[in-house]
Amino acid sequence: MITKFNTFWAFLGLLFVTSSAVAQDHGHEVHKEAAHHEEVAHDDSHHATALHEEDSETDIKAVIKETIDHHLADSYDFHITDGIGFPLPVILFDNGLKVFSSSKFHHGHEVASVDGDNYVLYHGKIYKALSTDIHTALDYDDHHHVTNEKPLDFSITKNVFMILVMAIFMFFLFSGIAKSYKTSLKPQKAGKFLEPIIIYVRDEIAIPNIGEKHYKKYMSYLLTVFFFIWFLNLAGMTPLGINVTGNIAITFSLALMTFIITQVSGKKDYWMHIFWMPGVPVVLKPVMAIIELIGLFVKPFSLMIRLYANMLAGHVVLMSIIGLIFVFGKWVISPAFFGLTLVLSLLELLVAALQAYIFTMLAALYFGSAVEEHDHH
Amino acid sequence: MDKLINDFSVGLFFWQTLVFVTLILVLRRFAWKPILNAVNEREESIEGALKAAEKAREEMASLQASNEAIMKEAREERERILKEARDMKNSIVAEAKESAVAEAEKTIAAAKATIESEKAAAIAELKNQAATLSIEVAEKVLGQELSTKNKQAEMISKMIDEVKIN
Repeated sequence: MITKFNTFWAFLGLLFVTSSAVAQDHGHEVHKEAAHHEEVAHDDSHHATALHEEDSETDIKAVIKETIDHHLADSYDFHITDGIGFPLPVILFDNGLKVFSSSKFHHGHEVASVDGDNYVLYHGKIYKALSTDIHTALDYDDHHHVTNEKPLDFSITKNVFMILVMAIFMFFLFSGIAKSYKTSLKPQKAGKFLEPIIIYVRDEIAIPNIGEKHYKKYMSYLLTVFFFIWFLNLAGMTPLGINVTGNIAITFSLALMTFIITQVSGKKDYWMHIFWMPGVPVVLKPVMAIIELIGLFVKPFSLMIRLYANMLAGHVVLMSIIGLIFVFGKWVISPAFFGLTLVLSLLELLVAALQAYIFTMLAALYFGSAVEEHDHH
Repeated sequence: MDKLINDFSVGLFFWQTLVFVTLILVLRRFAWKPILNAVNEREESIEGALKAAEKAREEMASLQASNEAIMKEAREERERILKEARDMKNSIVAEAKESAVAEAEKTIAAAKATIESEKAAAIAELKNQAATLSIEVAEKVLGQELSTKNKQAEMISKMIDEVKIN
């Protein structure tokens, strides 16, 4: 009972810290930007006061939008809050391997010169600079899109950094649990909490969908994918501004692996059901084959989009509501938005686990359909 | 869709795939296999323990049942032995009684016979003695009175008659 209570309060406390820290973090930026804007507005004597206020409000909205975009996007440095953060290594394949610190970009204010090549950071992307001067380094087309060439970029970005951290964390966490079984078969410490989840993945996801006979060889993938997505979703709930699972490259990679494993483990029955569906008139068989073939690719595609969209939407909604606190900053309803943020954070915690579950569940379902053996023919 | 493709980062995809595949392989070796094996082992041991307990319970029950059967048998055996003993006692007593009665009867009969024979002998002797005595008496009396033959015969027949009456 006492432990339950402690866990509950710790959880609630963590949530409070998380929410308020997010609010503070972005609040600072918003206020700073807003203050900056006001200075500019004051300098401009032509603006009427009314217009100025209206303008300031739309500007706050623009700042919030930019902050959200910035939060959702990948980044070349690990930004925690104002002035706190560290640069990450940039790795480019462009006339050979080029490795340098992202601090050389000075947050996009300067052109980075490395081994005779110049690069510029613009809106979170690295382009080949046309000159060493930041003002003439980029070339735009009519729609104000950058036309500069992009180098092949394998940088350790914030997301890559988080993936690495998470991989190391998961290694120590789960190998630690595995080691604890050597002394006693009774689960200890983290194992007490995580073992039931591992057993849940085995008994409720893998075995019912894949079958008792084949499930074992997929367990490593299913468990890794489940905990990887879940932990990264949870990491996204911290105020560090991490949005790994809401990134299309990540979900594409996960979906692609699921797709490959499914096709590789596909048995005769599986391909038969795709190309020559049994129990269907011969005339319809080619039509069915086309539909099944499309389904083959739609399945992993839906996996990719579902996780990406859910996590992205969760972040956007949460941050928008936090942003509303600043839009209505002067009013009394700010605490209400704070409460709403809290409730939505709870919802997002659920979504974090739910999306991990759904991804794992559907992956298991696809594996199951690939190894399924039909008795009726 | 344009935004999706624009957002897609080849570098991130590369690192994600590399790290994830490595993570799967490493965790399979160092975490999932040992954990799942330990869980399996524990489940099997629990199942084994449960089965053993069930078996022990069954054995216990059967043991109890057999104990009861043995007890019942023993009780029956005792009853039977007791009954036999009782029967034997009864029959012995009856037999003894019977033989005692027979013996007594025999003894009585023998005694009766002896008594009869003794009585007869005694009577005979008494008769003889009485006769002898009477003869002697008669001799003495007759010696004096019965000097004649007629008187003697009369006397004798008179006596015989008396004896017969007797």
